[in-house]
Amino acid sequence: MSQWEVVIGLETHAQLQTRSKIFSGAATAFGAEPNAQACAVDIALPGVLPVLNREAVVCAIKFGLAVGARIAPRSIFARKNYFYPDLPKGYQISQFEIPVVAGGGLAIQPEGGDVKFVRLTRAHLEEDAGKSLHEDFHGRTGIDLNRAGTPLLEIVTEPDMRSSAEAVAYARALHALVRWIGICDGNMQEGSFRCDANVSVRRPGGPLGTRREIKNLNSFRFLQAAIDYEIGWQINELEEGRAIHQATVLFDPDTGETRAMRSKEDAQDYRYFPDPDLLPLEITPAWVDEVKAALPELPAAMRERFAKDWGLSAYDAATLTATRETAAWFEACVATAGPGLAKPCANWVMGELAARLNREGLEIGASPLSPAQLAGLVARIADNTISHKIGRDVFEALWAGEGADADAVIAAKGLKQVTDVSAIEPIIDEVLANNRKSVEEFRAGKEKAFNALVGQVMKATRGKASPAQVNELLKRKLGG
Amino acid sequence: MAQEELLNAGLRGLSDALAEKRVSSVELTRLCLDRIARLNPTLNAFVTTDPEKSLAMARDADARRAAGESGPLLGIPMAHKDIFCTDGWRTTCGSRMLANFVSPYDAHVVTRLKAAGMPMLGKLNMDEFAMGSSNETSHFGPVRNPWDPGRVPGGSSGGSAAAVAARLAPAATGTDTGGSIRQPAALCGLSGLKPTYGVCSRYGMIAFASSLDQAGPMAPSAEDCAWLLTAMAGFDSRDSTSLERPAEDYARDLEKPLAGLRIGLPREFFGPGMDADVRAAVEAALDEFRRQGATTVEVGLPNSGLSVPAYYVIAPAEASSNLSRFDGVRYGHRAAEYADLMDMYCKSRAEGFGAEVKRRILIGTYVLSHGYYDAYYLQAQKIRRLIAADFTEAFRACDVIMGPTSPSVAFPFGAKSADPVQMYLSDIYTIAVNLAGLPGMSIPCGFGAGGMPVGLQLVGDYFSEAKMLNVAHRYQQATDWHRRVPALAA
Repeated sequence: MSQWEVVIGLETHAQLQTRSKIFSGAATAFGAEPNAQACAVDIALPGVLPVLNREAVVCAIKFGLAVGARIAPRSIFARKNYFYPDLPKGYQISQFEIPVVAGGGLAIQPEGGDVKFVRLTRAHLEEDAGKSLHEDFHGRTGIDLNRAGTPLLEIVTEPDMRSSAEAVAYARALHALVRWIGICDGNMQEGSFRCDANVSVRRPGGPLGTRREIKNLNSFRFLQAAIDYEIGWQINELEEGRAIHQATVLFDPDTGETRAMRSKEDAQDYRYFPDPDLLPLEITPAWVDEVKAALPELPAAMRERFAKDWGLSAYDAATLTATRETAAWFEACVATAGPGLAKPCANWVMGELAARLNREGLEIGASPLSPAQLAGLVARIADNTISHKIGRDVFEALWAGEGADADAVIAAKGLKQVTDVSAIEPIIDEVLANNRKSVEEFRAGKEKAFNALVGQVMKATRGKASPAQVNELLKRKLGG
Repeated sequence: MAQEELLNAGLRGLSDALAEKRVSSVELTRLCLDRIARLNPTLNAFVTTDPEKSLAMARDADARRAAGESGPLLGIPMAHKDIFCTDGWRTTCGSRMLANFVSPYDAHVVTRLKAAGMPMLGKLNMDEFAMGSSNETSHFGPVRNPWDPGRVPGGSSGGSAAAVAARLAPAATGTDTGGSIRQPAALCGLSGLKPTYGVCSRYGMIAFASSLDQAGPMAPSAEDCAWLLTAMAGFDSRDSTSLERPAEDYARDLEKPLAGLRIGLPREFFGPGMDADVRAAVEAALDEFRRQGATTVEVGLPNSGLSVPAYYVIAPAEASSNLSRFDGVRYGHRAAEYADLMDMYCKSRAEGFGAEVKRRILIGTYVLSHGYYDAYYLQAQKIRRLIAADFTEAFRACDVIMGPTSPSVAFPFGAKSADPVQMYLSDIYTIAVNLAGLPGMSIPCGFGAGGMPVGLQLVGDYFSEAKMLNVAHRYQQATDWHRRVPALAA
């Protein structure tokens, strides 16, 4: 295996979150009765004409800005001609020679790997086709045109990825980004975000091998499994002395295998030409500026700010910016707690809160605990009002809605940490008197015995003593 | 009012008669329907009529007038080329493919003319998908020229031309992709105007070649055309190539005198290709303009000789794609039996389309194919720009260009149908105008061999429709060619 290098490029179709279709006024909502959301334009009645939806263009501009690409001042819609029953016009309106977005790229970090930059070739606007339904029609095919005309942004990378892990890391980063900038809901099950993977293998440093394209991968798991299978298959073919032939393949999740759908020999000639029904798409610098002004802070910039201003690690900053909702929640928390407490806020968000949300199957936006409540809790730990351990109890109480804020819970449950030496000393004396065996063991050099004594004191104070203070007092008494 | 008087009243005369209650819309519509019933079996100009619907629209127009509404076209019936989608009416585009297609919506142009209160007399025959210059490619059989039923009416708006020439309808809509309004207008002795590309919305007009198609009026006189165009034109947000311009009254300049008008005569339009009878009539028309104070100047359109070849790359390319939607899946003709999907496509399209349509789909598919696109389609687009530049240059020296509309008068059936290239050359003077997107017009200017009408073509600069109509109208004030009616229709 090691003498082969894997080369992967991805093409991703992101369904754009516009209210209406890219060239008609019909709604784009998912799940309507078949053909209930297909208007005269979508079903391609004789005489109908397309009109470009401005919102779809705004989405493309947002994406171009987010990946540092060039936004074409003038791009062209072209017709891609082929016959298929769920393609009503007999052509798909897409962009061919001049796409709306060119260049740019995305930084990715595969699990356990280094940060890597994946270059984008282009991103272009196009319309989706309908769906052919082969079940429930007794040997015939049903056509649902609700999806026909749904706006898509097809995002194409350079062949920059070298493993399935990198491909998945890219797909995840892209998935997070399109959701972050609000152009795609990222729902992979409903087909809002689907990937095609171009895979080839070669000898390191050698010319590119012949690629095969795996179509329509709609989960990260399938993406990884399909690429891994395909790599193994291609290497095996080559090592057996056979050649790879350019082909389009499908991944079968049941068998975990890829199989050829059509070869290059029967590849279609799409007869692209500029669509005479649509004028060139002109995007002025002023329009780009307008979109830029409305664009949220991007995850990369936010990560940098978290690291620089609040001293968070790269890992923490990346985790907290995984989604815009998480980042916003965290920022709101720090805004209340103060920048000095950003690190403990981060730890709570990534630790206790994330675990709890995960256990309940909740998104962060649905957390019963508010950012301000968590900030209040973090502040009370920081000022030694409570210990971290008691903090967990307060967290649970707040989660369960028992109290408006940390202070209320602490007061109601009497959880305030005891720091008055005169209150703790008699307790320590009592513990020492009742645990002579441990004291002797400690004096004989057994460090463990010390921890047992601390535990006894904490128990006697019902956790309200500060462990650090107890340590210090105990040490003084035993050492003295 | 006497029938003969009504038939030759023109839209202004009919409008006055309706306003003065000398005739009702129902009476007028019934008169036309009676004439259609009598003459259409000979002419085959209409493919669909529905007298009850027509009369209902007429009654509605009369009711609107009774309720106090007025409007120059309110109550005047007309007919539409069967390329325009009409709500609840069969819309065939002259093809077997759509022989049973009933449109669920109105084309923009139809909506506007309905709003103006014009009852619809029916749908007019045409070359299949507007591909033809003689009306011989229609699935519903050829239309006959009222001046001589042994000859073609021209195409593709041949049904429109024959219906109006025979006074079955006071006016009709047409469409013009390479001359399809002007050439049949010339061959049937009518006035017909193809506006600047983008003036009339293409929404609901079944596409042949999207970058060239344009709707326009066909009627006896230029004044009629001015009135109709005023109602038809206007911005439509559903057509991205529709132009957002202030509304125009295209009749506003009709009466302006022509003294000082500079008429450009392209030397390429007066070469050896033109028949002698056509040349004589065109020359005589030019004399009339000079008599009215216009001057003529020779201009050059050096690339116009390339217009037919460029057109027969661009138009079929667009058509091959535009006609892909006729696949038998959702509407239109589907073969009765088929083995699989590919077989269904092949049989449905083989049965649904006629020979000329197939020829153009094949040409268009070929010129867009991988490896041929640059050599054909891109080259043709470059020629197109050169042709447009020629006109821009010519309009520096003149206000309007004139020449023949067609190199010959109407020809007998079958004369050119065996040789597509000969047929394509019937449009040699009209095609360049579509490639440039300019407005063009044909008006009757005399008669040639066999007593057949001759058309004079006017080409104006972009958006100069009002000026062209003014020029045509002043000519028609001094001549009566446009008032002549074929014997068959009298």
